[in-house]
Amino acid sequence: MSSSDETQHEEHASRAHSEPAPAKQTQPAGHHAEHHGDMFYVQIWALLVVLLVVSVVGPMLGHPVITLVTAFGIALVKAYLVTKHFMHLAVERRYVVYLLVTMVAIMVLFFAGTAPDVMKHKGFNWKNEAAEQEVKRALDAIKHNPHQAH
Amino acid sequence: MSKPIATTRSATGIPTGRLAVWWVIASEIVIFGGLLASYIMHRLGHPEFGDYAAHTNTWIGAFNTLVLLSSSLSAVLAHQAAERKDGERAAKLLGLTMLGGLTFACVKAAEWTMEISSGFTLTTNAFWSFYYTAAGLHALHVIGGVVIMGFVARDAAQGKELQRVELIGNYWHFVDVVWIFLFPLLYIAK
Amino acid sequence: MSHAHHQEGWVKKYLWSTDHKIIGFQYLFTGMAMALLGGFFAYAFRMQLGFPGKSVPGYGLVSPNEYNALVTNHGTIMIFWFAMPVLIAAFGNFLIPLMIGCDDMVFPRLNRLSYQIFLLSALILIASFFVPGGAFGGAWTAYPPLSAKHQYSLTPAGATFWLLAVALEFVAFLMGGINFVTTVMNSRAPGMKWHQIPVVIWMIVVASIVFMASVGPLVAGAVMLLFDQQFGTGFYDPVRGGDPILWQHLFWFFGHPEVYVVLLPAIGIVIDVIAVFARKKVFAYKTVLYTAFATGILSFFVWAQHQFVAGIDPRMANVFTATTVLISVPIAEMIFVTIATLYGGSIRLTTPMLWALAFVAEFLIGGVTGIYLGSSGSDIYFHDTYFVLAHFHYTFVPIAVIGSFAGVTYWFPKMFGKMLDEKLGKLHFWATIIPFNFIFIPLFITGAAGDHRRIHDYSRFPDLARADLQNLRAIATVATVCMLVAQVIFFFNFFKSMKSGKRAGNNPWNANTLEWSAASPPPHGNFEVLPTVYRGPYEYSAPGRESDFWPQDEPPDGEVEPAQEAAE
Repeated sequence: MSSSDETQHEEHASRAHSEPAPAKQTQPAGHHAEHHGDMFYVQIWALLVVLLVVSVVGPMLGHPVITLVTAFGIALVKAYLVTKHFMHLAVERRYVVYLLVTMVAIMVLFFAGTAPDVMKHKGFNWKNEAAEQEVKRALDAIKHNPHQAH
Repeated sequence: MSKPIATTRSATGIPTGRLAVWWVIASEIVIFGGLLASYIMHRLGHPEFGDYAAHTNTWIGAFNTLVLLSSSLSAVLAHQAAERKDGERAAKLLGLTMLGGLTFACVKAAEWTMEISSGFTLTTNAFWSFYYTAAGLHALHVIGGVVIMGFVARDAAQGKELQRVELIGNYWHFVDVVWIFLFPLLYIAK
Repeated sequence: MSHAHHQEGWVKKYLWSTDHKIIGFQYLFTGMAMALLGGFFAYAFRMQLGFPGKSVPGYGLVSPNEYNALVTNHGTIMIFWFAMPVLIAAFGNFLIPLMIGCDDMVFPRLNRLSYQIFLLSALILIASFFVPGGAFGGAWTAYPPLSAKHQYSLTPAGATFWLLAVALEFVAFLMGGINFVTTVMNSRAPGMKWHQIPVVIWMIVVASIVFMASVGPLVAGAVMLLFDQQFGTGFYDPVRGGDPILWQHLFWFFGHPEVYVVLLPAIGIVIDVIAVFARKKVFAYKTVLYTAFATGILSFFVWAQHQFVAGIDPRMANVFTATTVLISVPIAEMIFVTIATLYGGSIRLTTPMLWALAFVAEFLIGGVTGIYLGSSGSDIYFHDTYFVLAHFHYTFVPIAVIGSFAGVTYWFPKMFGKMLDEKLGKLHFWATIIPFNFIFIPLFITGAAGDHRRIHDYSRFPDLARADLQNLRAIATVATVCMLVAQVIFFFNFFKSMKSGKRAGNNPWNANTLEWSAASPPPHGNFEVLPTVYRGPYEYSAPGRESDFWPQDEPPDGEVEPAQEAAE
């Protein structure tokens, strides 16, 4: 099944044209008429490398907000570039994008429903004493033996 | 065996192979997402993880990130070649991608050997448990991807099933994106 | 493309086939066999509960640990190795290409592989019964630390075998789902628009998507549990920096959508059967679809209803109560649609129709009793009592048992080319339904009286060791035995009819959907000439027409059938 590029968008045969679908079927949408040459992708790669360097250097400055923006913010940007250009989501059918975004949203939902119990160690009328003790113990141990495995 | 007629139909306009790979990627998002969400919850609730994570080697992580990004480049260029029906070039570029994947795996093996002999094992503490589990699950996907890519490249070199170059490429880019998030989570959140 | 029509060996034809119909049968027969195993386990533990301390005929004495293993594996088997394989994999595999008018799934070899992985998972589960320490007994929910630490579970190997079996089953269904969704999206017959796809097919697709989207975190969680079991990590151990509540969330985040994963196909079967045997269009087809989508989406927002008393933050409990009560609305809507479809219809009380009607009646009880459990306040009392158990058997048995029987009795003629015996079918129906109610109504009562779940013997509980409660438990046990014995009628009917039943034509029920245009049973490739679709699947008793049905692939009156692509 070749990905040769018809720009025709043929939906399944409607009743009005009772042309039965022949053995050669509807052709894939014409996004494969690539307008980008190889150099475009090399440029994206170069941008990704630059971003990588920034994301490594940023946290070395030691400032929490800068770390957050450079390490994680840039991760989002890199992921966006790879999905949009390398995976061609820019020209893929819309609902594929919706599908993937929905999966990510489901993960956010999972986090939102679970974190109040797992991330937090106390709440409305409850306390996770075992976890609090473990955190305390670990932080104390680190203070006293900063470079050992705990 | 010959492909059923069902395979040739495309009521949506997306070829069935590509549709299936999106499906696979969607299911992998929730698998890795579940693991990473669990890790993040623990990381945010246990400040001591920051100190544990200090023992990961950021330079090795960054190098591996570079390797994967570059292998993604060769993968998308392989797709470009396949679009132009140049199966031999596509196969060569896929070969480069596979090399990148293998490099990644070897570097990781060396890295883990180093860390384990320094006393940081799977059971050392919860951070290291997550570290090995998440990176290990990812590495399995890298290796699996390399194996499948080998089959696709072999066919492409003979000009066969060229549409699969894009498909394995999409899977590979996804593996790359997972690492793009693993890298800061495991190496930088210190 | 060509298929060589050579004579295939028995092995290649039945064990190594890539034909979706054969693979569907493989799932069907495996699922039926596992159902017998799960039913046998229920027999054993119910005998212990009804007649505590007595040796169970055909099993022996049920020790406390064995009791735990029996209830654990009964639940696990019924959900993962009976309900899902039959409702989704068997019906999905068999029906999808036929009902959408193509010759096979889009990935036949992947399809074969998915069954093989599924079979492997079943074998691993069965193997877990024979390993040192015995089968896992930590409940199908497998909460750590019971499931994570051997000193608590007492089943060091069994716990891991169980986990591996479940994980492999997930992989098999993820792979199967690829085929179902891609085939339905892409390979429909020319002319079949999205709103002309039969309800049961839509439901299987939605179920596959919901399964895929919800099982991911649990796959991750299972890997973590496996590591806790085998390597001594502490993912679920708070003293080691982990959290057991994390497992609960990972499990139920999947566990709740999972019940809709099995509900939707069952309701799909029921709706399609009702339309055929009421000779009437499905009332509000598009509403049914939107409702199914809404149910699928909402099912992701209710999971912690299972954790109201687990120590979750009470403010979260409020949220989940609201969403849980809300989700009863779309489901009730679908039940109303079945009733509205029946209204004014020309009802034929065939065996499949009896099963479909029973589904509506019994599921109603299950749904209504769920409200008490979904409200966090009343759940404080009801959680972990037999009230919960009776509720979910009033939902699960309609889904897995009644839904499956409705489907099997309806599509049997298409699958095997023979008719099932109607008299035996109706006898089996009543012999199943009546005892079913006598099992679980008593258990609602004992549950409300305080009977805890997962207890092997109530004699140690002074407030529960009462004669009146014990009588109810005994009634439930006797009814269980009756219901299980009744299944002999089904198996006898099934295999006898397969061999020597009345020959069925292509369309014994005068139904509209495409599978009835193929031969009974359909050959490899399904259709001599692949069909084109001209209308929706529910044109029954269309006004102005003599015939009370109008197949989807019949050309509009006056038009000549155009030349079709030939299936080879």
